[in-house]
Amino acid sequence: MATATQRKSNYVVIDSERCKGCHLCIAFCPKGVLKPASRINRMGYTPAEVNEKKTRECTGCGICALMCPDVAVTVHRLKKR
Amino acid sequence: MAQLEYNELETILYQKPEALEEHPFHFCPGCGHGIALRLVAEIIDELEIRERAICVASIGCSVNSYEYFNFDGLESAHGRAPAVATAIKRCHPHLIPFTYQGDGDLAAIGTAEIVHACARGENITTIFINNAIYGMTGGQMAPTTLTGMYSTSTPAGRKPSLAGYPIRVCEMLSTLEGTAYISRVALHSPAAVRKAKQAIKLAFRTQLAGLGMSLVEVLSPCPTNWRVEPVKALEWLAENMLPYYPLGEYKVIDAVAALKKEDHHA
Repeated sequence: MATATQRKSNYVVIDSERCKGCHLCIAFCPKGVLKPASRINRMGYTPAEVNEKKTRECTGCGICALMCPDVAVTVHRLKKR
Repeated sequence: MAQLEYNELETILYQKPEALEEHPFHFCPGCGHGIALRLVAEIIDELEIRERAICVASIGCSVNSYEYFNFDGLESAHGRAPAVATAIKRCHPHLIPFTYQGDGDLAAIGTAEIVHACARGENITTIFINNAIYGMTGGQMAPTTLTGMYSTSTPAGRKPSLAGYPIRVCEMLSTLEGTAYISRVALHSPAAVRKAKQAIKLAFRTQLAGLGMSLVEVLSPCPTNWRVEPVKALEWLAENMLPYYPLGEYKVIDAVAALKKEDHHA
């Protein structure tokens, strides 16, 4: 997981072990930042993950977290000091 | 987080509310219960009433809701959650009991309880999750199942000649004098979820102000028993449930309208 020191934009962190693969976050993300993972988690679901190519496009709007039924998403927003 | 390179502060916009326990929900993927429980937990945190809130769970998929909330909760007999919440409120008026009930609980076996709790004007809050089906028992017809809708007990679709018509709970209860705030919201889009949160918050504030019975009906998807994928379930909800169950506020007494205005200005 990348830390804040490497970030230039807002970002989301998805807890892949909580995620049940409903993919509502992927369907509602306005920037298409999220995608289904290519692996399955311990519960046997395909979790959502951040598409590494589009990390910088995340605006931190929080719609993914709003629609997530499993509270798996944490949204981090960078604020000017 | 010791060094922030870009002269920027990091803030967390969304995370798991403190009023929810660590362990994950047991619900199926894409279930609306997860969203609704999270909204309730966020509101409990925002209103800072975690020490006083008591969840009264019902029977159905909502049965384990007290397992997820990081505050007191108890389980009532099938459909009797409003009666239990009434007892809590009357014995301990400083507590904030709320019932979390599904449609199989509130609109079927518990119809008498909710109607009389509303008629008495008990100062409690009810969160009513309507997914138009019996979720936990395997997708049988509920009183709220739409006409023509498939369920395991109506395999050819619900026929009014045989099974009657779906109950519109909000419309029915809003005719009772004791109710202060009755609203119907849905979870089919981000905008709708935000409105749902506002409505649930107003319902809790109604109770905090001691104005009377508040009830929020939440139209919620049940992808497993509707036999559709989670994203399609939300579309199905918008296409089929919204025309029969119109969203909106069915009863807002003047005092609640004043609260709402105050909230809006804040």
